[in-house]
Amino acid sequence: MSTLAIDKAGPRRKVKYGSISRNRTWALRWSYFFLVLFAIFSLTPPFYMLITSLKSSGEIAAATNPWWVFHPTLSNYIELLSSNQYLRFFLNSAMVSVVVVIITMLISVPAAFALARMKFWGSAVLATGVFLTYLIPDSLLFIPLFKMFAAIGDLTGIQLINRWYVLLFLYPTLTVPFCTWIMIGYFASIPKELDEAAIIDGASWFQTLTRIFIPVALPGLIAATIFAFTVSWAQFLYPLVFTTSTDQLVLPVGIITTLVKGDVFSWGQIMTGALLGAAPPLIIYAFLMDYYIAGLTAGATKG
Amino acid sequence: MAEVNLRKVVKRYDDVEAVRGIDLDIADHEFIVLVGPSGCGKSTTLRMIAGLEDISDGDIMIGGDVVNDVPPKDRDIAMVFQNYALYPHMTVAENMSFGLRLKHYPKAEIKARVTEAARLLDITDLIERKPKQLSGGQRQRVAMGRAIVRNPKVFLFDEPLSNLDAKLRVQMRIEIKKVHQKVRTTTVYVTHDQVEAMTLADRVVVMNKGRIEQIGAPNELYHNPATRFVAGFIGSPAMNFLPCRLEESGDKLNIRLTDRLGFAVPPLRAQRYKNIPRNEKLLMGIRPEHITEARPHAEPGVEPFDATLDVTEPMGMETLVYFSLEGTPLCGRVNPNAAARVGSAMRLAVDLNNMHLLDQASGAVLGRP
Repeated sequence: MSTLAIDKAGPRRKVKYGSISRNRTWALRWSYFFLVLFAIFSLTPPFYMLITSLKSSGEIAAATNPWWVFHPTLSNYIELLSSNQYLRFFLNSAMVSVVVVIITMLISVPAAFALARMKFWGSAVLATGVFLTYLIPDSLLFIPLFKMFAAIGDLTGIQLINRWYVLLFLYPTLTVPFCTWIMIGYFASIPKELDEAAIIDGASWFQTLTRIFIPVALPGLIAATIFAFTVSWAQFLYPLVFTTSTDQLVLPVGIITTLVKGDVFSWGQIMTGALLGAAPPLIIYAFLMDYYIAGLTAGATKG
Repeated sequence: MAEVNLRKVVKRYDDVEAVRGIDLDIADHEFIVLVGPSGCGKSTTLRMIAGLEDISDGDIMIGGDVVNDVPPKDRDIAMVFQNYALYPHMTVAENMSFGLRLKHYPKAEIKARVTEAARLLDITDLIERKPKQLSGGQRQRVAMGRAIVRNPKVFLFDEPLSNLDAKLRVQMRIEIKKVHQKVRTTTVYVTHDQVEAMTLADRVVVMNKGRIEQIGAPNELYHNPATRFVAGFIGSPAMNFLPCRLEESGDKLNIRLTDRLGFAVPPLRAQRYKNIPRNEKLLMGIRPEHITEARPHAEPGVEPFDATLDVTEPMGMETLVYFSLEGTPLCGRVNPNAAARVGSAMRLAVDLNNMHLLDQASGAVLGRP
């Protein structure tokens, strides 16, 4: 209203002056609009999972409104959580993911430090090579990898196929390159003088890494950890190919292979299993979200 | 405490020679400042002393021992960086004690040394803070504290004040000088700021294009430069240079600046210049403070002339006047009360007792005492 008053009283071009805050308001409205749209789009599947997990098989099959529960029940949850099989999948997934995260960090942090800081012959090419490895999709790699492990089994008698721990060798092929790449970027953003000061203070390369670089790059390290955990937790193709016995399966494959019997889908249990399976990454994200964002954007702001 | 010696030290990056065989002897307790324009090799020289850069050729000695292949941590040096390079996740006390902790000093001694250094630098209250909670000046003090607690043979400073604002820079300059007067550790200090160099140094090393142009005490460099580069680099505003010739007239020596303008060279200077060939192309160097307003009474060697002022800069304690002589821009410093007006002619005087004569081709200062 005030801008209108100015409009009448003063010369015409004064109208422009009120528009900065108005532009801002509109920008905000548009961003809210798209954010809400995006939230609806991405939250609909989990919502549908939640609805379905609370239904009995009868209600799922009935031709009622699929977006509402008329007779909520926890029977799917009770059945799954009291099934040894499902708990075994959960345990396998947890073991694989935790160990893969540890292996990944043990390899990629020193690798990133070496590639970012110790200028040796071919280090730049090697750094690019590490990233290129990540670009090769797992759907291209699983057949040669399977042949490799089969050959190892034939040659040495060490049978790795159809053992949950074969995944400990497979997942790092996905996690190590990406985590190394994140950490290279993060380490590179640490000023050169910081390690020079440490070297003059008498620190070895290893001490520079453990006492200066890792604490300073902690947000990046956490981002890499979350990434490695999520990838390991959600990986589907490798466990599908490499593990078959039900006691060796991890969660994503376990749910599909045991809860889909022929052409019978236990939708209620599938949704419940998937929802429970999504919980651990969700909890980790919720706690470490701020670190994760800081880690991913740090290179951009620190220059 | 130790002396530092550089013998024909060379640094090559592929085809480029950044440092071209420099010799430098730094005495025990001495405060040496390496000064020069960017790219002159001063920082590279410092980093070679620190061991952060390999030496391509020559020898570097600290305390009489050749340290060419000794890693930085075993050279017993401490370095202060331009951007402070404090460890951001450690407190001030942890930053200062990091080196000592790596060397497994007893806890009591670490505490004593940190406390003493903090007292010396007046940062006792800040000891538990993190670097990001400190101002630029405070961070610089902590960086110095980290150097002091180590009690090294040599302090190395790499443009430590460049990130501070002008006022703080002057203040920290005095602090650094005070600290050196107390701890007396041999110091090598790199800066591009000639005022910092003049005020801090026992001796200044002027570098240019990878070579040492001149080494000397601040006043010696100022009053008796060896080359045109040093004469022009040291002093602000810079020394004036104008083309000239020496002429003999009877038993007197004249310096001819233009067809219409020439002065008699004062006897003391004429004595110095007696062997310089006449009628050769030379340069006269004269500092702005030796071009002043003309005084009513004549002084020996001070010659008056007229100039039309292009620009004046009142500085408070003096006024800088800019004018040109036959196309050569010149600067003088006059009393603020003298009527210096842009566009008007002014009677100025040049004090030839302080003139320098340079070879136009080589840039060498001729007839140095």
